[in-house]
Amino acid sequence: MPLINCNNIALSYESRTVVKDLSFDVHEGDYLCVVGENGSGKSTLIRALLGLKSLSHGSIVFSEGLSKNEIGYLPQQSGIQKDFPASVYEVVLSGTLNSSGFLPFYKKKNRLTAEENMEKLGITDLKNACYKELSGGQQQRVLLARALSATKKLLLLDEPTSGLDPIVSSDFYRIIEKLNRDDGITVIMVSHEIKTAIKYATHMLHLHRNHSFFGPKEHYLECNDCKKLLEGGSDNV
Amino acid sequence: MFDFLTETFMLRAFIVGILVSLTSALLGVSLVLKRYSMIGDGLSHVGFGALSIAAVFGIAPLAVALPVVTVAAFLLLRLNESSKIKGDSAIAIISTGSLAIGIIAVSISGGMTVDISNYLFGSILTMSHSDVVLSTILASSVILIFVLFYNKIFAVTFDESFSRATGIKAGGYNSLIAVLTAVTVVVGMRMMGTLLISSLIIFPALTSIRIFKSFKSVIICSSILSVSCFFIGLVSSYILETPTGATVVCINIIAYIVFYLISYVKRKLLQHRRSAS
Repeated sequence: MPLINCNNIALSYESRTVVKDLSFDVHEGDYLCVVGENGSGKSTLIRALLGLKSLSHGSIVFSEGLSKNEIGYLPQQSGIQKDFPASVYEVVLSGTLNSSGFLPFYKKKNRLTAEENMEKLGITDLKNACYKELSGGQQQRVLLARALSATKKLLLLDEPTSGLDPIVSSDFYRIIEKLNRDDGITVIMVSHEIKTAIKYATHMLHLHRNHSFFGPKEHYLECNDCKKLLEGGSDNV
Repeated sequence: MFDFLTETFMLRAFIVGILVSLTSALLGVSLVLKRYSMIGDGLSHVGFGALSIAAVFGIAPLAVALPVVTVAAFLLLRLNESSKIKGDSAIAIISTGSLAIGIIAVSISGGMTVDISNYLFGSILTMSHSDVVLSTILASSVILIFVLFYNKIFAVTFDESFSRATGIKAGGYNSLIAVLTAVTVVVGMRMMGTLLISSLIIFPALTSIRIFKSFKSVIICSSILSVSCFFIGLVSSYILETPTGATVVCINIIAYIVFYLISYVKRKLLQHRRSAS
């Protein structure tokens, strides 16, 4: 049984239908890359998967092994305020809140999870640093550590590398790949850097209003849409 | 010289003042960071409207103000979430609207009574025993609830979409913040006056953010700052014979300037050290 089953879904954004008749499955361990033009509904799809947005048609079914508080999410940077006073540790620790239920305070287990994930992403020495004073790449690592503190199974990333320089950005892709390969975390990533994204993905979802493509990467590379995108030469697809 | 500190009215003022300063400092941090600074101001105007109407009908002011202000707080947050009316205009509509109603009610009830002017400008030194008991209960509950939900309030304030996505009921916590703010404003009105209560909510948070960089340190600093400013303000208002609420606000302004200067000097020193190395 797939981890996530999207059956014939339609999504609308400000009363305009952006995605129609879309069906796809995500299995455990998949690395799904979502691409498409601006306004094609990539972020809307992510929000729908997270349950933040209701579907106008169809259904999204999660497998029994995956409950809503086991999803790690890396939002677009713009959602976070630039001048918020928060230490790295506070931010990462807040990712573990979903597993602590109604308990008012963090348990030792939560602290250990947060520390493990900071270690994994190489930000342990930034523990007490102020989030807003970090570089863009460091901030993304912090948010990724927070997402990992919320999940061991599924990561949803919404354009995680926008605004990062190419070196930092390719570092970031390598971290994600490692999490997918070594820790078996399922990854769903929205990206506009199609050339880099396609290198690591196992499956591709190309959103287009009436004929979206979904399938393994190998099939996608042979289809015309993909060639058009890749030949377009720019990363801003 | 400090004999007056042991007078009953002074003791009452201290108890209520310290509790109200604490609650407003705690909530202030979330409100300022959520860009809701003006909600306190808007709500206090709603409070004024409610008090005036209570005066017309001769009902106990707090009994009317508390529910009305709470409803207004919900409305403001709801309006903030829907995009049809932007947050700041929503506050403007609700606050000027209630001010207008309040003014009409005041003129019907035969002009400014002492009671209404007390709420307008604050009168912490004339609080009755029952005022003190009620304020103490309300303020302590706000502090307790805030501490219990501290981690969730942080998460929701820092990144609402992440919180929602990982299954935290962000809407519920926003409502909680709204209710706590409403209670703080209503209790604080008696002490600071409807015209000044929002400064008690905003100043300590803004001042602490100048220097402190983690959420916890900002919360702790705001609390200490708010209580100290209140203490200094109350004592100096007694000595200088100035209105208490306004004096507390002035002390807060001085604290803000001091913190601003410290952060400015720190930044300059840092730049200097960087360019030297």
